[in-house]
Amino acid sequence: MYLRSDERGPAMTNRLALRIALFGGVAVVLFGVLFFRLWLLQVIDGEKYLAEAKNNRTRSFRTSAPRGEIQYRNGKVLVANRTSLALQVNPRKLPSDLRERRAELAKLAALTHSTLKRVRKTMHEELKLAPAAPVTLRRDVGHDLVYYLQENQARFPGVEVERVFVRDYPDGTLAAHILGTVGEVTEEQLKEPRFRGLQPGDEIGQGGIEDTYDRFLRGKPGLTRVQVDALGEPTPNGRLFTEAPSPGDNLKLSIDEKVQVAGEAALAERGLPGGFITMDVHTGEILGLGSFPTFEPALFTRPLTQAQVDETYRSPAAPLLDRVTNGLYPTGSTFKLITALAALESGKLQLGEVIDDPGVLEIGGQEFKNAGEAANGAVSLVQALEVSSDVFFYTLGYRMWNTGELQRWAHALGIGRPTGIDLPVEDETLLPSQHWRNQLYKEGGTDRPWSAGDNVQLATGQGDLQTNPLQMAVAYATLANGGTVVTPHLGKEIDDPAGRVLKEIDPKPQRHIHINPEYRAAILEGLHDAAQNGGGTSFEVFGDFPIPVAGKTGTAQRPPHLDQSWYGVLAPYPNPRIVTFVTMEEGGFGAESAAPAARKILEAYFAKELAHDASTEEEESEG
Amino acid sequence: MYATRARRARPEPFAVHPGIAERLGLPYMDGTLAISAAALVAFSVFTLAQATKQDVPGSPYYFVDRQAIYGVLGIVAMYLLTRIDYSRFRELRVGIYTFLCVSISLVFVFGFAARGSRRSFELPFFSFQPSELGKVLLVLALAGFVIDGARNGSEWQRTVRYLCLGLFPAALVFLQPDLGTALVYGAITLAVMYVGGVRWTHFAVIGAAFVALTVAVLVVAPAVGTPVLKGYQEQRLTSFLHPSADPSDAGYQQNQAKIAIGSGEKTGRGDRATQTRLNFVPERHTDFIFAVIGERYGFMGAALVLSLYALLIWRALRIVTLSKNSYGTLVAGGIAGMLLFQVFVNVGMNLGIMPITGIPLPLMSYGGSSVLATFVAVGVLQSIHMQARLSQKGRFAW
Repeated sequence: MYLRSDERGPAMTNRLALRIALFGGVAVVLFGVLFFRLWLLQVIDGEKYLAEAKNNRTRSFRTSAPRGEIQYRNGKVLVANRTSLALQVNPRKLPSDLRERRAELAKLAALTHSTLKRVRKTMHEELKLAPAAPVTLRRDVGHDLVYYLQENQARFPGVEVERVFVRDYPDGTLAAHILGTVGEVTEEQLKEPRFRGLQPGDEIGQGGIEDTYDRFLRGKPGLTRVQVDALGEPTPNGRLFTEAPSPGDNLKLSIDEKVQVAGEAALAERGLPGGFITMDVHTGEILGLGSFPTFEPALFTRPLTQAQVDETYRSPAAPLLDRVTNGLYPTGSTFKLITALAALESGKLQLGEVIDDPGVLEIGGQEFKNAGEAANGAVSLVQALEVSSDVFFYTLGYRMWNTGELQRWAHALGIGRPTGIDLPVEDETLLPSQHWRNQLYKEGGTDRPWSAGDNVQLATGQGDLQTNPLQMAVAYATLANGGTVVTPHLGKEIDDPAGRVLKEIDPKPQRHIHINPEYRAAILEGLHDAAQNGGGTSFEVFGDFPIPVAGKTGTAQRPPHLDQSWYGVLAPYPNPRIVTFVTMEEGGFGAESAAPAARKILEAYFAKELAHDASTEEEESEG
Repeated sequence: MYATRARRARPEPFAVHPGIAERLGLPYMDGTLAISAAALVAFSVFTLAQATKQDVPGSPYYFVDRQAIYGVLGIVAMYLLTRIDYSRFRELRVGIYTFLCVSISLVFVFGFAARGSRRSFELPFFSFQPSELGKVLLVLALAGFVIDGARNGSEWQRTVRYLCLGLFPAALVFLQPDLGTALVYGAITLAVMYVGGVRWTHFAVIGAAFVALTVAVLVVAPAVGTPVLKGYQEQRLTSFLHPSADPSDAGYQQNQAKIAIGSGEKTGRGDRATQTRLNFVPERHTDFIFAVIGERYGFMGAALVLSLYALLIWRALRIVTLSKNSYGTLVAGGIAGMLLFQVFVNVGMNLGIMPITGIPLPLMSYGGSSVLATFVAVGVLQSIHMQARLSQKGRFAW
């Protein structure tokens, strides 16, 4: 007790020593944990974290590439690009205050003639696809609006204007049905292998040849990678990498401008829903393809108004439907060419054989009559084609009713099966057969099995047959070229932006079939007489046409509609280069609507020859 | 012969002619302790110089200049404390304790509010945060109470008394609100009690109570509808258990700090550092400065810093054993506990194994109050060391 406790020597008892030793032990353990963790993060997993850090601080901006042009076969531009201004909202730069944010979006909605609800929906959907990326509110905004926004930038934080490429159609509605449109890639499409590497917001061809040849037309977007900070703002001098966008390649079509213009004009002149196709019989190159009524492809480069939606999507005239490739019609007598070939090739008809046509054929108590109940008397094949004797072909149909030969030949010529055309959609067509109807009957889809009457109907392009001008054109071309089933195609070549040819588009024929040249000659003769011999069905239309042609009319009964007018023509006879098919719904007799339109198309195609003929005639008359 | 004597200049046994070093007391200081502390603050200035150039527009050396001044002031304060016999503080314990509590309380009245909490006074040159210096004051006062009360009351009464004395200022700090510093106060209290010889059974009871309290605060209170912690505090405390991708979220910050440190690999990224340079890691000059070191200087730099802390704490523990009296033992123990707790929690938070609690890294994190307080603590350690050395030599202090 002499010393105060704090003046005694070091108060180290054993107990205290133990406690301090334990304290030191805990310190050693804690430092061990820290060192181990540090070593784990930096030495063992360092590479992983370095990659994460690098990934963290860069952001890539894509600059869209101009899409390739689409041209006529002569190089004239059919579809080009123009730049347009798109209104974008950067969600990160919008006011964080909810009320201010709402007010700004409402103002933007008013300026873009939209509603707050729609703007929010767009933003919500886009942000789901690409979080934190700018959202395009409206494409193709006017300069007035852009100037207004720029002048009042302070009032619209987060609003940006971007220059984008938009499709431009200098020829208006021309070839609208084959072109298709361009639009943002959808969520489903991104999963397809052909769109690998694309990102939400990238534009691709949607439908038509824009879709088929998308990989050539698309081009490669440019890429700018910049360093960003934690808020996603680019840092000064932070540009790491820039790759300029490379424009898409140009697509040259086989479409002949003159033919296309003439065909569409002919359809529009008559004003009936219908379509035409003109194709090279040897190569399958399509020189013209049009459908009526038509539409403005430019319509789809900006948001549609309700009136426009009603007009395009809900109109009974279905302007968006391509009646040439996706129509489903009976063909009427234009089918007789196929029946004739099938009967000859399968031995059910001999060349020169004469069949009596009293105007009516009775099979199993059912009467099949000629159109207008005309009686043609005894007719050979050539005469039967010339006057379009139904009874003659009813007879052939009856002869083959349960042999399947008619179906086999029609199928071989391409009826009821995809043609392989370079368009994304070909509808399911129907070539009625014994097997098909009996199957349907078994399943309860119809009230009777296959009968002779079905085949008799098919022989004249009636009954259950559902095909379209494209398939008929292929069938006619096959006969005309002597047996090659061509692959119809619209694309002719791919050129790079400088105009050098990168790729010739020349799809292989679908198949070859053997056609007896004598049969071919006889059938073509019949068709030639039908068009240009005195008693022929389309003599009125083609009788004075200076170039020899072979053409067949068709008048398809399609209740409850009025008769549908058809015309198929091969020219020049006897060695045709092209086939033209025209159909017009409710157009009446073949010679009434379709044939005159076909003549206009041929006039356009043979314009040079016709001009030459005219001048020599003049010379002759002068001489 | 005479000349030889003169050359050797051996002082006569009883005539003292102390040299300059002797006069300054340098031989009696713990050189390793002083050097490791000075090295840490130097490393801090060096790191801030490289990492915070762009932080304050127009003054690239804003943080560097200030931290350097705090460092120098701290070293001076450390030296001055070295020359004072720490035992005086024992006598002043009531005054120190009162000053501690009053200064913390005054913050509520005159304090400067930053980010929703009042922790500091705004002075002309810097903002002074009393709770930082309070850490040392608490050690000094509490150690005094423990020594003094060693004979009063039963063991349980004493334990409860120490706890109350320690936790009262902790509660004041918690209300500022400053959860991190409150936890440091708690750690200090436990460290002093531990070295002071409180029974293991008592610690077991305290531990059980702590677990119960944690459950009550984090689980029961929010469920009943009377949350004790502020939302962000609770989120920070639990976020290291579930990292998140939301940049405004505590889990995101911790994940970014982890990426920063990991990406430093063995030798660091230097000026190519991105995580801590481009704001991915928040508070990079204060709470997350260890992440900056990890990214910029890699394992080599981070391990060097950790080694300096290990050295610091080793010397502190050594001084615990050297102390000439129990008061010194308790004070050194409290300071050692304080330093160990802060280093482990802060570095652990940077490494993603401890919750975010807002505890600065002593001597490294930018901040005058923290740097000064830590140097004061080291100065007290030096004083204990010097007194021990002097008493070993059989001498009294000046």
